[in-house]
Amino acid sequence: MTLVAVVTAVVTEYLIEKLLNKPVTIKDWSAVVTGMLLAYNLPPEVPLWIPIIGSVFAIAIVKQAFGGLGFNPVNPALAARALLLASWPIHVTVFNTPPRGGTLSGIDIITSATPLNVMKQSLQVLKNVDAYSIDKVNKASEAIIQLHASYGNLFWGKVGGCIGETSAFLLLLGAAFLLYRHIIGWHIPLSYIATVAVLTWIFGGSNGLFSGDPTFHVLAGGLILGAFFMATDMVTSPLTPKACIWFGIGCGVITTVIRLIGGYPEGVSYSILLMNLVTPLLNRLRPKAFGERK
Amino acid sequence: MLGIRRRTFAGGVYPPEEKSHTEKKPIEEMPPPTTVVIPLQQHIGAPSEPIVKQGDQVRIGDRLSEPQGFVSVPVHASVSGTVQKIAPLPHPLGDQMLAIVIENDGQDTVTDAIKPDENYLALTPDEMRQKIKEAGIAGMGGATFPTHVKLSPPESKPIDILILNGAECEPYLTADHRLMLEYSQDIFNGLKIFQKILNVKKTYIAIEKNKPDAIRKMEEIAQGDKEVEVIGLKVKYPQGAEKQLIKAITGREVPTGGLPMDVGCLVQNVGTAKAVFDALRWGKPLYQRVITVSGPGIQKPKNLLVRIGTPFKDVIAFCGGYTETANKLVMGGPMMGLSQYTDEVPVIKGTSGIVVLDGKTSPTVEPSPCIGCGRCILTCPMGLVPTTIAQYVEAKNYEMAKKWNALDCIECGACTFVCPAKRPLLQSIRLGKYKIQTLNKKAG
Repeated sequence: MTLVAVVTAVVTEYLIEKLLNKPVTIKDWSAVVTGMLLAYNLPPEVPLWIPIIGSVFAIAIVKQAFGGLGFNPVNPALAARALLLASWPIHVTVFNTPPRGGTLSGIDIITSATPLNVMKQSLQVLKNVDAYSIDKVNKASEAIIQLHASYGNLFWGKVGGCIGETSAFLLLLGAAFLLYRHIIGWHIPLSYIATVAVLTWIFGGSNGLFSGDPTFHVLAGGLILGAFFMATDMVTSPLTPKACIWFGIGCGVITTVIRLIGGYPEGVSYSILLMNLVTPLLNRLRPKAFGERK
Repeated sequence: MLGIRRRTFAGGVYPPEEKSHTEKKPIEEMPPPTTVVIPLQQHIGAPSEPIVKQGDQVRIGDRLSEPQGFVSVPVHASVSGTVQKIAPLPHPLGDQMLAIVIENDGQDTVTDAIKPDENYLALTPDEMRQKIKEAGIAGMGGATFPTHVKLSPPESKPIDILILNGAECEPYLTADHRLMLEYSQDIFNGLKIFQKILNVKKTYIAIEKNKPDAIRKMEEIAQGDKEVEVIGLKVKYPQGAEKQLIKAITGREVPTGGLPMDVGCLVQNVGTAKAVFDALRWGKPLYQRVITVSGPGIQKPKNLLVRIGTPFKDVIAFCGGYTETANKLVMGGPMMGLSQYTDEVPVIKGTSGIVVLDGKTSPTVEPSPCIGCGRCILTCPMGLVPTTIAQYVEAKNYEMAKKWNALDCIECGACTFVCPAKRPLLQSIRLGKYKIQTLNKKAG
C-alpha cells in the first residue's frame, strides 16, 4: 500500500508538471515522502483506492495548486489524511488486523482497537460511573490497568494502529538519524512532545489534576510520527528556532485538547494542520539581530 | 552563553579550509611586470586626483595622486618608468575606474623621498597619522578603509581594546598566515605604533586555531609584553569579520548600524600593521603587498609579494598559468571574494588573494524554491533572517527588507553557502542594501 501511495504521488506530480509545462521535479524525492507519509497515516488494510485518492489530492490540490514545493501552506500528506478521514471515516479508522501479542481487546464498547481509543472510552466510562453497568465499569478499569502495563507493547509496536505510528522504538530510530544528519531540528519535536506530556499529566487522569499518564500519551497514537516526521516538514513549519518552539507548543496544546475533550481519539494530524496555518504568522516574529537592543 | 566566554560567535559555517596548498610555502617575490595598472581609487572614500600626466617619468614610491579630503589616500608608483596613459580601465571591485598605466623601464629606481627613520616612535600621534595617510595605507584585509581615518576616533568614543586580526577565515588564503610567520617582528612593531597613536594598552592578536605555528610565533614575539595577548580562535567562517571577532574576544556586541569604536574596540589587519611599520620605519609607501594565489584552477599555488597594479594575468602566468578545468576567477577568498570577468584587472591594496575555481568547486546551479528549512537563519552571524529579507527584495519591498535589518548584513555569504535550494540569498540582500541606500539618499 505504501508503494501504491508513493507511485500515485510521483505520477501525479509528473503529470501535473508536464501539463503545466513546468520543470519536472519528481527527482527531488518530495512526492515520494508525501506518498510514504500518507500511507503511514492509514491502517494497514484499507482498500487500495483510498491511498490513491489521498495521494492525488495531496499532490494535485494541496501541493501543485499552490505552486509546488515550497509554496504549499499545509502538509500535503496530512491534508490528504484529513480528507480521507472526513470522507470515508470507517475505512480509515477500522483496524482489523489483530495486533500481534496485543493485550488490548475485550472491551465491548469500542469499535476499533487503537490504544488511544481504549483509553478515551474507558476514561469516559470511569468518569460517569453511574451511567454504566458495573460490568462495563470493571472492564474499563481493567483496560486502563492493562494499558498501563502495556508500555512495552506501545514501544515495540505490538498494538493496533496506522502503518507508521505503532512502534515508538523504530520511529525514534529514524528520528535520531534525521536529527543526527541535521535534517530536522529538535525544537519542534521536543516542545511538541513535552507539551503533550505535561498537559496530559495534568489533565489526563480520572482522579483529578496530575493523575494523567504522560508516558502512555507520548507513546500511543501518532504523536511520535507526527512530532518528528510531519510537524518538522520544513515548508509548513516556521523558520526561526524560537517560532518553532511556539509551533511545537501549539501543536501540543491542540493535540491534548482533541485527545481529552474532542470527538476524535487522536488529534495529531489536525493539530499539525492547524498550526501549519499559523506558520505565516509565526514567521513574522523577527529575531533579535546581532547588536540590536530590544 | 552560560557565563562561559566561548572564543567564537553564534552562527557561522565550516567551509573546506583548503589552506594546505600554500600554507607551507614561503612568500616569494614576484618580479615586477612590464606594465602596472594603478587605479586612482583603491580605498573606501573619495577617489584621489592624478598629479602626473602621460609621458612623465616616475620612480618607485613616487606619489601619483592627491587625496581628496580626509577620507581618501594617494596612490604611488610601484615600478619605475613612463606614464603610458591615464584612462578608465576594468577595476577588480567592478565597473571601470580611472587608472594610471606605467610602463616598467626595468631599472627599479627608487624615489629619494623614501627615508628610513630610526626614531619613528618619537613622532606624535598626529605626525604618525599624517605619514600613514601619505603612504597611502588602507585596510589590507580587503575592506580598504583608509587606515589613518580608522586611527582617528572622535574623543567621544575612547578606544580601550585594540585587536590585531590574523584570523584569516577565508578558505584558500594564507597570505596573513605567512606574514605572521615571516614578518612577526614587523607586525608586532606595527602593533606598537597603533598602541601609541590610540593610547591603548590592552591588545589582542587574534588567530584561528588552524595556524598553530603562527600562534606560537606571535606568542614568542609578544613574550614579556603584558599588554599583548595572543588568542587562538575557533576555526569557523566568518571568524575574521570585525564584529564577530570583537564578540568572540571581548563579548561586546557592536550595536546595529554602529562601528567597533562604539564599544571601545578597534580592529586592524596584520598586513596593515606591517604596512604601517614599513611606512614609519622605512618611509615606504604602500606599493607592494602579499597575496595568496591558489585554487584548483591554478597550476602552482603560491604566496607572493607583488607590486600593486600587477595585472592578474601576469600573476597567474607566474604561477604556471590556469589548469584546464579553471572556470572562475575570484579576487579574495571564495566566500566573500568578487568574481572577475577579465584577468586584465590589477592587484590593488585590498587584494588578499587570487583564487581560481573549477567546475567542481564552483558548479553552475539552478535555484529552486525556498522550502523554509531555516538553515540560513541558524548560520547568519548577524542574527538575521536571510530568506525573508531576500523574499522582500525579490518582491521589491525594500521598506520591509530594511525593517528586517537588511543593512546589518555583512555580506559574508554563509546563508548562500548552506542553502539547500541554492538560492542566491546574498546576491538578493546585496541588491536590497543598495536599493535601500539609494532610496535613503533620495529621501534625505
